[in-house]
Amino acid sequence: MSNLFTYTLRIADSSLILGQRMAQWCAKGPTLEEDIALSNISLDMFGQANGFYEYAAQLDGTKSVDDLAFLRNEREFFNHQMVEIENGHFGHTITRNFLHDAFNLLFYTKLSESKDETLSALATKSLKEVKYHLRHSTNWLIRLGDGTEDSNEKVQESLEQIWQFTAELFEMDEIDTELLNAGIGVDNTALKAQWDEIVNTTLKKAKLSRPEDAYMATGGKKGMHTEYLGFLLAEMQYLQRAYPDAKW
Amino acid sequence: MNDKLFQERIDAEKKIEPKDWMPEDYRKHLIRQISQHAHSEVIGMQPEGNWISRAPSLRAKMILLAKVQDEAGHGLYLYSACETLGISREELVKQLHDGKAKYSSIFNYPTLSWADMGAIGWLVDGAAIVNQVSLQRTSYGPYARGMVKICKEESFHQRQGYEIMAEMAKGTPEQKAMAQDALNRFWWPSIMMFGPQDSDSPRTGNAMKWKIKRQFNDELRQKFIDQTVGQAEVIGLIIPDKDLKWNQQREHYDFGEMDWVEFWSVVNGNGPCNKQRLDHHKKAHDEGKWVRNAAKAYAKKQELVAN
Repeated sequence: MSNLFTYTLRIADSSLILGQRMAQWCAKGPTLEEDIALSNISLDMFGQANGFYEYAAQLDGTKSVDDLAFLRNEREFFNHQMVEIENGHFGHTITRNFLHDAFNLLFYTKLSESKDETLSALATKSLKEVKYHLRHSTNWLIRLGDGTEDSNEKVQESLEQIWQFTAELFEMDEIDTELLNAGIGVDNTALKAQWDEIVNTTLKKAKLSRPEDAYMATGGKKGMHTEYLGFLLAEMQYLQRAYPDAKW
Repeated sequence: MNDKLFQERIDAEKKIEPKDWMPEDYRKHLIRQISQHAHSEVIGMQPEGNWISRAPSLRAKMILLAKVQDEAGHGLYLYSACETLGISREELVKQLHDGKAKYSSIFNYPTLSWADMGAIGWLVDGAAIVNQVSLQRTSYGPYARGMVKICKEESFHQRQGYEIMAEMAKGTPEQKAMAQDALNRFWWPSIMMFGPQDSDSPRTGNAMKWKIKRQFNDELRQKFIDQTVGQAEVIGLIIPDKDLKWNQQREHYDFGEMDWVEFWSVVNGNGPCNKQRLDHHKKAHDEGKWVRNAAKAYAKKQELVAN
């Protein structure tokens, strides 16, 4: 497995798993307009996943996009753990997405400058969508944080629960470092200051307080996960696994 | 006098617009029909939504999600069209929850395999298009224009459904069996989507006079059957009706008797998923209440700041 392949797969995995989570909102949104917006974000995430998987499949040379998405197990998925946690209520989803969207915006901005032309092109395309996602989640976080007492409490609690998954967004391992040195990958650590700024500004507007760092999850990119991922994959992969000879 | 002028406009094929005078019964009929149509789009998201998480490929997943999202969009156009008649979306949703407003019975059947996504697109959307193409000429302007937009997307839906069926029909024996099973389960409910036979359709008279409805139920049903039989043959699936036969004289297919006991039973709330579908909608609506309240409270605060 080449490092570029793994690097690409990690990006694709986070997009796919978040897309799958967002798709669970379909027909459950708090308004019909919002139902459409959540499905739209999900579609964007699947589209991004598809782009990065296509590149990964090309680098691999033997596997297809669907092999990569549907025929790997928990320990072979390299997504951020933040995207695999359950949706919870609408505010919980918004909080998670906001924290992740802010990272994505900064990440794709840098990746669009990559020396790898395909990664750069995929990042540029994703960036257009992520800007909209961040605007959507930011506006909702402010509305919910500064809405009613009840809504403020709900999203504050979500923030406390999800906070532990924020640190791993900025982790660097040997693959990241190698690709960074080659001018291909992004320096995740360097994104932290700007991410803090976006998060702090928004939380202030939303009348929410930033949680203290306590236990922080680590290792999604090495295949470490929460227990939620297995169920998500079992459901998502069921047809491909049950009928291995079938084409759909 | 108003009545006479109104009918003259209708007879001259002129559209009625929201601010025009209209008979109270015309307004009521439209509210009932358009809201029923809107609710059908929204409730119809559930049986297909049931398979988004399990779609067998990334491509299939994106197509299905986009399709269900389109249905939400159709629901929005139709609620908006209905609101031009002087009723709020909130009130319309309340009527749905209270069981006063209906939605298409087809969505009260469960989706049990991936082939059901094919059957719904091919047959259910196929039947809906036949009806909606006819409604593009309906006399109420906002409804007619909504239909034009909806028809464009529905024909894409029907093609995606047929593609799933075709792919499965030529797949493994298990896939072909799933496709045939889906056709067996969805065929009769699909042809019942056109409603009761005209002889049993109490409101057809006025609806035709006012040109809300442009073609009879039986005429539309025949059109759908005639166009679908060949499509089933091409992909090697068998329509579950032993009386289905080309009638040279009529130049139409003859077909068997529909189970009207089942039809009325499902319409009146006693179908496999009636309770489940409505409960799902109510639950999502109730769970979203705090979000809608927060959004309102926030908007109000912003107004105060602005003033």
